[in-house]
Amino acid sequence: MADNVKPRVRVPRSAAAGEAFEIKTLISHKMESGQRKDSDGNPIPRSIINHFSCDFNGENVIQAALEGAISTNPYIQFEASIEESGTFTFTWQDDDGSEYTDSKDIAVG
Amino acid sequence: MQFTRRDTLVMGAGAAVATFMPLQVFADATDDVSAEFAMGETITDGGVEITAPEIAENGNTVPISVNAPGAVAVLILATGNPSPKVIAFNFGPRAGASSASTRCRLAGTQDVVALAKMADGSVKRASATVKVTIGGCGG
Repeated sequence: MADNVKPRVRVPRSAAAGEAFEIKTLISHKMESGQRKDSDGNPIPRSIINHFSCDFNGENVIQAALEGAISTNPYIQFEASIEESGTFTFTWQDDDGSEYTDSKDIAVG
Repeated sequence: MQFTRRDTLVMGAGAAVATFMPLQVFADATDDVSAEFAMGETITDGGVEITAPEIAENGNTVPISVNAPGAVAVLILATGNPSPKVIAFNFGPRAGASSASTRCRLAGTQDVVALAKMADGSVKRASATVKVTIGGCGG
């Protein structure tokens, strides 16, 4: 498990039904690309977050397959549109098998 | 040692070949990945918007956003990176729009390509050139 992994998510408190709104996510992670070499010339093994998904009340909003070309502290911004109040759940999957999650409630109206 | 005009030209040409050769290899990798994503469909230009800075001072964090109305999936490729794939988005039923943004690493000045798979299976393409002052691949 990578150290100090902390997800941060920004979701509006409320939204109008059927209207698209923005969600911003950021997770602190070193995202070692596997392309770099250490001072002795040995390649540093890849250690990244390889998958992100956002769901709302069990329905998928977006899934992303991240590669080594994603920057340190991966930032993903996207839009969602909902019809009822509920909870967004965010999941990040690490190369080492760990999973980081966060959730946010939102009200419609 | 004195360089004649001819020597200089030959060296210049050699340097140019040396610079462009690796990029050519990466370009082939991009074609392979694009073909895999398209799954036999013809890739057409237009219908997708990719937003990237014209000049990125730091190749370690280059903001990229893509907007592909009607797309179910989007793949972003960096044609000049050692491994061209950057990120693949799949939009679910609750997505408000087929658009997303992220930040990526670019090894150097290159084209960034967005491929979008539409609901009917067709594949659209857009690209943007980003000039990178300091590359983002380390070493």
